Amino acid sequence: MTRRIKFIQGNEACVEGALYAGLEFFAGYPITPSTEIMEHLSKRLPAIGGKFIQMEDEIASMCAIIGASLTGQKVLTATSGPGFSLKQEALGYAVMAEIPCVIVNVQRGGPSTGVPTHVSQGDVMQARWGTHGDHSLVTLTASNHQDVFAMTVEAFNIAETFRTPVILLFDEVVGHMRERLEIPEPGEIPIVNRLRTAVHDGVDYHPYLPREDGRLPMSDFGGVHRYNVTGLVHDMWGFPSDNPKIIHGLLRHLVDKIENNASHIAMYKTFYLEDADTVLVSFGSAARSALHIVKSLRKRGEKIGLLELQTLWPFPADIVRRYCNKASYTVVVEMNMGQVCQMVKTAVDHRERVFLANRIDGVFITPTDIKNILRLIKGRGV
Amino acid sequence: MAVNDYIRERFFPHLWCAGCGHGIVLNGLIRAVEKLGMSRNEIVMVSGIGCSSRISGYMDFHTLHTIHGRALAFATGVKLSKPELNVIVPMGDGDALSIGGNHFIHAARRNIAITAIVMNNRIYGMTGGQYSPLTGPGMLATTAPYSNIDQSFDIVEMAKAAGATFVARTTTYHVHQMADIIRSAILHEGFSVVEVMSQCPTYFGRKNKQGGAVEMMKRMKEITTPIGSKKKVENPDLIERGIFVELDKPEYCSEYNQIIERAMGGY
Amino acid sequence: MAKAKLKEHRINREWCKGCGICVAFCPKEVLELDEQDKAVAVRIEDCIACRMCELRCPDLAIEVVVEKQESAT
Repeated sequence: MTRRIKFIQGNEACVEGALYAGLEFFAGYPITPSTEIMEHLSKRLPAIGGKFIQMEDEIASMCAIIGASLTGQKVLTATSGPGFSLKQEALGYAVMAEIPCVIVNVQRGGPSTGVPTHVSQGDVMQARWGTHGDHSLVTLTASNHQDVFAMTVEAFNIAETFRTPVILLFDEVVGHMRERLEIPEPGEIPIVNRLRTAVHDGVDYHPYLPREDGRLPMSDFGGVHRYNVTGLVHDMWGFPSDNPKIIHGLLRHLVDKIENNASHIAMYKTFYLEDADTVLVSFGSAARSALHIVKSLRKRGEKIGLLELQTLWPFPADIVRRYCNKASYTVVVEMNMGQVCQMVKTAVDHRERVFLANRIDGVFITPTDIKNILRLIKGRGV
Repeated sequence: MAVNDYIRERFFPHLWCAGCGHGIVLNGLIRAVEKLGMSRNEIVMVSGIGCSSRISGYMDFHTLHTIHGRALAFATGVKLSKPELNVIVPMGDGDALSIGGNHFIHAARRNIAITAIVMNNRIYGMTGGQYSPLTGPGMLATTAPYSNIDQSFDIVEMAKAAGATFVARTTTYHVHQMADIIRSAILHEGFSVVEVMSQCPTYFGRKNKQGGAVEMMKRMKEITTPIGSKKKVENPDLIERGIFVELDKPEYCSEYNQIIERAMGGY
Repeated sequence: MAKAKLKEHRINREWCKGCGICVAFCPKEVLELDEQDKAVAVRIEDCIACRMCELRCPDLAIEVVVEKQESAT
């Protein structure tokens, strides 16, 4: 059987990935440049018996998917810049109440309304720290449509595995660009479905008591186990508590369940890194230009390679260190003022060897931009 | 089932102050559900933040205690994803109509079968007595030390205007009416709003010299009258209570099921 | 329908917060607050088992227990 091939926008590749992963419920609010995701899902979801709703605002969309997730469904919302800011409180609720859900942020220029139709990668730190309080969560990204598809599937898998919100941090270029997508056959990419409790009716069920492997089996709302879900610090039954031991234990659990699995969650791609003395680190659409310049400089015999990050949070510091620590030059290519660059600097021994190659003017960073910055860094002039 | 079968007894006595009207709403809600004979497993109670919202933790249903003002948005997700569940959303006046005002009017507009119970005590109790959109001009609050100049909403008129298909008002004094109305609201196929005038003796009563819980409840008897009564003609200032609206209109989840049928046939 | 006959007022003293609502609104003045501000039934013989105290109690602390009625049919 031939695989289905489509020539589509990245936003639609995300839709294909979500449906492949088993998406059943979407709530959203129109915003550029992510709107195509909701437009496509408004057509596709009811056609498979799923539910789509355009809510009254961004906050409501985030809240609605949490409610739907608790009835046992795989859920998604999609937004951009200002909408992502508005979702932060409810996103923190999903962290605290351990609700599996996926949030797409197709990044545009900020702050505030910024440049709605132009590209940026300025929400990396917001994805990690946008909601208040100590916490951890997962953020994935992609540079091409095949990876948008794969990372979207992976986002759902991670959300179910760790009972956590997962953020898909795409950008305007990837979202709107059209390219080829081969849709994998069913079963080709493994799908993680919800882990439901085996505890029988009448037996005390603990929604917030992790098993030995750290996972927390769920029980759908409407089922035989009635329990409480709250954004307050809670005990293993989900009831509020201000006991210092419980506060400490819950916070540790919420952070550790992600951070202790950082190596499992870390996804990345390497290009020509075996002998590279100059290592570009990039992600999202910027990685396309980075790969282009790496290939062209390799042809000229330069020892240059690319580390493309697909997991941004938890930050894959070990991976960065492994590939960048011995390089004479590590150059982080991103369309912001150095948000990933800061993280790379903390991961290596010689932070003075880490440089930033960026653009922050809403224009897509080109291979020539990177080449010019590389010449400056290496003292060769422009 | 007995009253105690509907509550999580281990959390009693509850956290509300002595004489708090919210306890009477809890009491009336249990009577309503008891009469309906619904299984506890079929009921999801979704609440936001505030004194009123703590009601969910005390009830032995599936309970979702969410963030301030957004309970109806969470509830919409629960209901649309599993329409067979009965979704009840108890809210305070600030929770429902200040920070949550947008979700309130849009849930009403959609006519999604959720029961919103607005426990209106005209004050923010949990944070210590600040004025709410229901406090009304001339009243005192910890953030209106000279006198409140904010006009207040009329919850019933607002729900009607927004498109709710069941709209009613009752008080914590009129407990039989409260239980009957809540029962009808839960049975209603569409968005139902029940305003329960409730007393906060600790802040509203004390600040405004309205006495304790007993005096505040007596006052609710005096200032309200059944819809269409002669007393209202004689004294237009009386607040009407009863069922104002009960309409049969297309319900959101039923309509969406038709969309699914069309999409499955036509895509 | 035969009138319900009172058996007892089951008052949960742990839950009662002594607000006095049951005392104030009892049509037969059956209830009082004791020295610890807990509701007690002091004139049980006057009780008509209307259950208004039970329904209005914010603390779910009162249950009016009635005698089981013999079926009249």
